[in-house]
Amino acid sequence: MTAVESTTARSLTYVEAIKEAITQSMREDPSIFLAGEDVALYGGVFGTSRGLLAEFGPERVVDTPISESGLVGMGVGAAATGLRPIIEIMFMDFIGVCMDEIVNQAAKMKYMFGGSARLPLTIRTMAGGGMNMAAQHSQSLEAWLCHVPGLKVVMPSGAYEAKGLLVAAIRDDNPVIVIEQKLMLGRPAEVPEELYEIELGKAHVVKPGSNFTIVALGRMVSESLKAAEVLSADGLDVEVIDPRTLQPLDTATIVDSLKKTHRAVVVHEAVRFGGLGAEIAAQMQEEGFDYLDAPVGRVGAPFAPVPFSPALEREYIPNADKIVAEVRRILGKQV
Amino acid sequence: MPRRKSKVADGTNPPALTDDVLRDIFERMVRIRSFEEEAGKLMESGRIPGALHLYVGEEAVAAGVMVHLTDDDQITSTHRGHGHLVAKGGDLGRMYAELFGKAGGYCKGKGGSMHISDVEKGMLGANGIVGAGPPIAIGAAFSNKYRGTGNVTVCFFGDGASNEGTFHEAANMAALYGLPVIFLCENNGFGEYTRQDRHQAIRDVADRAAGYGMPGVVVDGMDAVAVYETAGEAIARARRGEGPTLVEAKTYRYFDHVGVRGMGVVYRDDSEVLEWRKRDPIDLLGSRLEELGVMTREQMDTLQERVLFEVREAIAFAEASPDPTPDQLLEDVYTVTAGAR
Repeated sequence: MTAVESTTARSLTYVEAIKEAITQSMREDPSIFLAGEDVALYGGVFGTSRGLLAEFGPERVVDTPISESGLVGMGVGAAATGLRPIIEIMFMDFIGVCMDEIVNQAAKMKYMFGGSARLPLTIRTMAGGGMNMAAQHSQSLEAWLCHVPGLKVVMPSGAYEAKGLLVAAIRDDNPVIVIEQKLMLGRPAEVPEELYEIELGKAHVVKPGSNFTIVALGRMVSESLKAAEVLSADGLDVEVIDPRTLQPLDTATIVDSLKKTHRAVVVHEAVRFGGLGAEIAAQMQEEGFDYLDAPVGRVGAPFAPVPFSPALEREYIPNADKIVAEVRRILGKQV
Repeated sequence: MPRRKSKVADGTNPPALTDDVLRDIFERMVRIRSFEEEAGKLMESGRIPGALHLYVGEEAVAAGVMVHLTDDDQITSTHRGHGHLVAKGGDLGRMYAELFGKAGGYCKGKGGSMHISDVEKGMLGANGIVGAGPPIAIGAAFSNKYRGTGNVTVCFFGDGASNEGTFHEAANMAALYGLPVIFLCENNGFGEYTRQDRHQAIRDVADRAAGYGMPGVVVDGMDAVAVYETAGEAIARARRGEGPTLVEAKTYRYFDHVGVRGMGVVYRDDSEVLEWRKRDPIDLLGSRLEELGVMTREQMDTLQERVLFEVREAIAFAEASPDPTPDQLLEDVYTVTAGAR
């Protein structure tokens, strides 16, 4: 089942949705523990685990030293020996100091061992810019992870997805990286009260449309919806697709959309060059060449580190205006 | 040679060293030696693909530690991992089959020497990344403590790995959380080809324990009984919930970093190898067993013949094992989650 249609949905912020997913999952399954820097006493620097220490105690909500290699490796060892860890990497940029544990250990252990290992490991991390935190606290590095066989990668686009995808990640028996985004922390959405999961590997058509497809990752879904509204004045009926899971990617849903719209743009906050948009565009051309009436466009950040100055960062991060411009460019070539 | 030896903890008695335990340690060492010597020949004759890091010379460490452990106690291993799995009771046929890259191997031929593992026996894998073991080991130890199993985890690593940040992060966390883990440093004097005095400014890796608030002990890694006693104290301490210990076993690698003779580059004198071989761990224990009247020379010879026979049977099994088929290439990348909703 993809998700529960709840009669008890109420407005919950993205951060509350994450906390609720962890809380309800931990109540359900005693083998789950949460570990990370400042997750217990402080409740997470973004508040995603506030109150959990009081409910579950220090055995299950574990503050760690600032030691990302040790932290993620501990998650790998605990997952391989019967537990279901949730490991928090405070900022996504910090995966640079625990890449071996993610890429060489967690991702490959099952395969290297001929299938005999099982790694039910969830790694949550906060990505994205927009808060003037500069080059080492603002990146979107999902493409690095999607490139590695053995990992699953999800990127929720709002509070509803944040809860449902996190629950699915926790229940999955593989290492799953959950990429959260800072700019959505306070953003509310309708979220069912009960525990539900969103099936991994299934894209969601956020807004059906008939003559243009936008595939958008994470927070770029809402920017794409704004762009779609602007473009409706141009007579475009844009379909917006949220892949939700980036690895494995639901190519079928994307190609199905192309069959009716014949044109597409892929949008992400990450740097455009070598970003996941390149892979999605390539798959569209491989699987949907006959349906395409124009090259697949891509919107992403320019090829520079994330700048600090608000004046520069505003320019750097993709938004609805840039999506509109790219769609019009594609159509311009077309006309 | 060890310069000092300190007690792991006050009031801890090493587990009783019975004649049966002595014979058990000796047999495990003979099995490792025999397995590795034959593996070396197979690699040098081109019958085993890839690289092998052989454990010959270091047998007293694996054997002296592993007799304390059950299948429910875990170990993390290194790139020089065959000896650990042999000592932990690994199936020699499945081990050789893995070295050959055959479907009947421990990892169905997908891992090879550097990823040989037996999760059922608590062997959480040899590892191709130096220093990868310590964080994984503290995770297994965390799991044991969390589940209240009373089991321990032994993290094998080398003097080279003691310079990796992962070791330091894991040591700090293990001491902080009081985890039931033993950091077992096999100091064979070289980080790959770089001698210890050229890769760290200390002589005893055990000194590093002080920086993390845990006991650090040096033991003669060529003396299986000494390893047995010291590891036994550390393991008993961990089982009692008193936290981690760093044990440094001073040992020596007879063969090259890779293979037997390596690439022919001279980085140490033959005389040094011969000097260490004078204190060969199997000879040392053998003499002791003879003096104690635990085993006669004839019994030891018979044991060695029996083990060599088992090793040859294991090689025959491995050679007869089929290659993995192309349809297995994409299997085991992901676990199909049971009851996925």
